[in-house]
Amino acid sequence: MESKSDSYAGSLVASLLSRMRRFLFHVLSTGPIPNHIAFILDGNRRYAKKQKLKEGMGHRAGFLALMSLMKYCYELGVKYVTIYAFSIDNFKRQPEEVQGLMDLMLEKIEGLLKEESIVNQYGVRVYFIGNLKLLNAPVRDAAAKAMKATANNDKSILLICVAYTSTDEIVHAAQEAIEEKWGETQESSKASGAQNSDICQEKHKGHRTIKLADIERHIYMGLAPDPDILVRTSGESRLSNFLLWQTSTCLLYSPKALWPEIGLRHIVWAVLNFQRVHPYLEKRRKQV
Amino acid sequence: MAFLVNSCVKVGFVFGAVSPTTLSLQAEQDALRFPFPCPLTMCCSESIARDGRRETFFANELSLVKAVQIQETLPGGLKPELLPNHIAIILDGNRRWANERGFKELLPNHRNGGRVIKEIVFLCCKWRIKVVSIFAFSTENWVRPKQVDALMSLFEEVMQNDLQEFMGYNVQISFIGDKSKLPKSLQELIATVENSTRGNMGLHLMIAINYGGRYDVMQASRSIASKVKDGSLQVEDINETLFEKELETNCAEFPNPDLLIRTSGEQRISNFYLWQLAYTEVFFSVKKLPDFEEEDFIEVLISFQKRERRYGGN
Repeated sequence: MESKSDSYAGSLVASLLSRMRRFLFHVLSTGPIPNHIAFILDGNRRYAKKQKLKEGMGHRAGFLALMSLMKYCYELGVKYVTIYAFSIDNFKRQPEEVQGLMDLMLEKIEGLLKEESIVNQYGVRVYFIGNLKLLNAPVRDAAAKAMKATANNDKSILLICVAYTSTDEIVHAAQEAIEEKWGETQESSKASGAQNSDICQEKHKGHRTIKLADIERHIYMGLAPDPDILVRTSGESRLSNFLLWQTSTCLLYSPKALWPEIGLRHIVWAVLNFQRVHPYLEKRRKQV
Repeated sequence: MAFLVNSCVKVGFVFGAVSPTTLSLQAEQDALRFPFPCPLTMCCSESIARDGRRETFFANELSLVKAVQIQETLPGGLKPELLPNHIAIILDGNRRWANERGFKELLPNHRNGGRVIKEIVFLCCKWRIKVVSIFAFSTENWVRPKQVDALMSLFEEVMQNDLQEFMGYNVQISFIGDKSKLPKSLQELIATVENSTRGNMGLHLMIAINYGGRYDVMQASRSIASKVKDGSLQVEDINETLFEKELETNCAEFPNPDLLIRTSGEQRISNFYLWQLAYTEVFFSVKKLPDFEEEDFIEVLISFQKRERRYGGN
């Protein structure tokens, strides 16, 4: 009897909090809502130390925080959420920690595919972004499976950056763009023959120049518009090789809270700051 | 006799009998007193002048001396070994500062900001920061024609009037950005300033004019593409190290900033550096540029020194 009334009270409180949250989001929605928010999930290990948890438990606590954040973002109407789950630089960490993270990723990717997961609840399409060849086969296969399974979801998008750095992304995009241009030029020259080589060269001079659109076509994060807000938790104020290309006009927000401590108030504060600068940024975007 | 005393001090230092402070004081006295340089000091100073690095017999000792000399000029709370090698600054807030005070003239407003930047650069010279970059004019600033005219005039004025002062501080000045779109007179001045200061071995000041982070990545991509087209490079050999060498910041000994400061409280990069900011500590100061003073700069440096930089590792 007692546990039934406890659980009834618990659902009542949860329902009340949910209603209050929706009301708050309704008020926030009178201003512009960011289309894309990116997160650097910093502070999991410090959280585990602070709470005296076992090694690796900080990342699990971080995963729970991520689920809450995703829920808040999608309820608010943010269409794209990007997370920096694992950097290429993180491979430098202790092998046990790296393996622990890979195992956690595998477990959670498989969890995403379950019926009751947040991904199905909110119609989220999942993409894994990065140099996926650097991942071990089980994680790579699970990622491919998750992308395929959520391909028909169209309400929101979750981009999980794994084995990713911006500098690797840019080099990869440049390689692909150059390969594409150089490949086209070579084939066209062969087709036109050796004669009229000067005309041929002039005609393809424009094609040989790498343009901005060529890089943007091959960049991993080309699936999404540039983020409106980049949130990095734990008070550190650096990009750590994340979305360097995409964050040139993005609002940077560094709350002191560690990632597992992030909450609704941080999202609200970030959105309010976004709404403050949005008119100016829109005006600049149109001018440029 | 003086030469003998000087030599004994240096030998005494090497064997720990003389402290770094004594050595630095001795070096100062030498500079003031002796008309002919002591062969030992001459060897040291020549080798420093030769390549700007301390590859001399007294390399470690002179580093200590320099550290002590810097420490003696550093304000409290700052440690010389924790100072950033390269500081980048986004100069923001001139117009808002002027609007708040009802100033309408553009050129005097920007002159105010220019004065502040010069003071910061000279502080960096004093504290032996190696490289300073300033975001003087973005690829996106062309949309404000009146401001463009004021800024171009200011750049010409500063380069003509202040070059001697920068030479006095031994500052090397480089300009990064697409200079081809600038007025011809400014392009000529830029070339003159770069040539005049090329041999200076002090602080390296990089002025970003008509520069953008994406512009720099694009010009590097095009440069690499032309090497692939010529056959001097294979696509599969393109890597991050090679790419970084093609960026315009490669002219500096420390091309990537350790610290980026933006004044006026706006919390974004605004297409300043892109690739170069991968691991840079960012500091947003609420002060507008004309109000940014030495104590604000010291506060930023103290904050930088407390940061733990892990580069993704442990």
